[in-house]
Amino acid sequence: MINPDQKLNPNLFLKKVEQVPIRKGFGDGLLEAGERNENVVGLCADLTESTQMHLFKNKFPDRFIEMGVAEQNLASVASGLSAMGKIPFITSYAMFSPGRNWEQIRTTICYNNRPVIIAGSHAGISVGPDGGTHQAIEDIAITRVIPNIVVISPCDHIEARKATLASVDLEKPVYIRLAKHNSPVITTEDSPFEVGKAQIYYGEADSKADVGIIATGALVYRALKVAEALKKENISAKVLNISTIKPLDADTVINLAKTCGALVTVEEHQIAGGLGSAVSEVLSQNLPTPIEFIGVRDLFGQSGTPDELLEHYGMGETHILDACKKVVGRK
Amino acid sequence: MNDLTDEKIEFLEKTANDIRISIIEMLVAAGSGHSAGPLGMADVFTCLYFHILKHDPKVPTWPSRDRVILSNGHICPVLYATMAHAGYFPVEELLTLRKFKSRLQGHPHRDFLPMLETSSGPLGAGLSQAVGMALADRMDRGKSSGRFFYCLTGDGELDEGQNWEAIMLAGKEKLGNLIAIVDRNNIQIDGYTEDVMPMEPLSHKFESFGWHVEEIDGHNFAAIVESIGRAQAVFDGPSVIIARTIAGKGVSFMERDYKWHGNPPGTEIAGEPPKDEQAKIVLAELRTLGGQIISEHQ
Repeated sequence: MINPDQKLNPNLFLKKVEQVPIRKGFGDGLLEAGERNENVVGLCADLTESTQMHLFKNKFPDRFIEMGVAEQNLASVASGLSAMGKIPFITSYAMFSPGRNWEQIRTTICYNNRPVIIAGSHAGISVGPDGGTHQAIEDIAITRVIPNIVVISPCDHIEARKATLASVDLEKPVYIRLAKHNSPVITTEDSPFEVGKAQIYYGEADSKADVGIIATGALVYRALKVAEALKKENISAKVLNISTIKPLDADTVINLAKTCGALVTVEEHQIAGGLGSAVSEVLSQNLPTPIEFIGVRDLFGQSGTPDELLEHYGMGETHILDACKKVVGRK
Repeated sequence: MNDLTDEKIEFLEKTANDIRISIIEMLVAAGSGHSAGPLGMADVFTCLYFHILKHDPKVPTWPSRDRVILSNGHICPVLYATMAHAGYFPVEELLTLRKFKSRLQGHPHRDFLPMLETSSGPLGAGLSQAVGMALADRMDRGKSSGRFFYCLTGDGELDEGQNWEAIMLAGKEKLGNLIAIVDRNNIQIDGYTEDVMPMEPLSHKFESFGWHVEEIDGHNFAAIVESIGRAQAVFDGPSVIIARTIAGKGVSFMERDYKWHGNPPGTEIAGEPPKDEQAKIVLAELRTLGGQIISEHQ
């Protein structure tokens, strides 16, 4: 059952569960961050409203810089601002930032260890009709391999807001992955959130279960639905929300492997190099465990509705459920 | 600013020569590194660090200091040598260039040498960072900041598109506190710039992006000082000083030759003096000011 310590949304499994875009939480969080800290500045590459930076811009026009469609400049100008004591937030779509400006993020931000927060909106397949060129499904892989960076993937808009506020004080480069479309609100204001800590959302931390589902981002919701569905088939499951992909909460991941003995990872991202890989790196060194991966299987995205695409690319509830049964059989 | 006395010019010339000697010595000790750019830019760097900059070598973090952003990080031997001679760190340390654990990394790295304004190496990123710094300065101080932000770039480096993103933004934001200095030595790795990727008319390009342009002889101290003075006086937009330099200046067999872009003295190159004799020839040339000083003891 849902872990009561997490104070999750009581409407979670109801039809009327609230649906809010994850990127909206960033917009709200950035505005609040700007109110609290006058060194916070915002830069956007011609996607201000879409990335939700317009709230900050309207309140603090002198602390907002319109960069035009120039993502490489976006990253390095932010580096320069941070060298002078500012805390810059930069936004574009994830495919362009960190996609196009990966090397600038690596060299001018991370190699210099500058506290710049990179918010990549419209990540994942669920971007929808814009199609494959706009659907970032490699961004987790390309950011987590850079030293010094913190990589956060919030599961709903409330977590996104908390992550945005928390990143101001980290004094490190940060990448926050945001999604475009409405997604179910999973948490509440009272749900614990801590950078670097994974949270058990279904089941109890130290109790045994047949399978553990490790999920990130909006798909955490589907993981929770699947945990409920598995109950009816007499399969017990736990669900772990990984909101910080780097640094990964290795202790909690290992504990989940220990108590379940079989895991499924779930992400809106290529299987290569993402959350599943990060989890595998920890477990193969500490506690080799059968794992099934849910994610994109080495394909580019395409146009469609978010639900159509998630189903087509193997990230539907049935896919997750089948993976759980399969991995239990591999124990 | 335009108060260069003859004595001061003589002092700058001697200092630049000392810096060139240090550059050669450190490259020989390192066994790898770039010769042409550092030798060509020694006069500009000498001018900056010994006459123009508002700075304190003993307090590299002094908040009111001018900022020097080296975008073409591969010419760091001239930056390191100039900083050492100016008193930022011991001159002896120059011989650790490119060695394991040295503070003087092959391309500048702030982790190893925190007194640097930024790390660099991959070309085209310095101007963006300088723009960011200049923007922050203006956010904090308005138009009356007393600080200037100097960004040094190469000319081949301007092939990189990111530069032009920064150049556009600086023009849009009218950054009067930003002064770029381009090392216009007409060489890059694969050959002369006008063969690899022609960039003339370079001055027109900058002007069309809203920049004030100065074009000077990059080895003439009075010209360097006066052009920077004029650039500083332009308060409603960024300025660029296109400094025409001789690649490898000061070493007869290196001057104007793109083959010395990425090679230290001691490199076997067809048509050049034997590699084992290069360092000796070079140092003798520099120490005798190109043969002008003759000693009976030679």
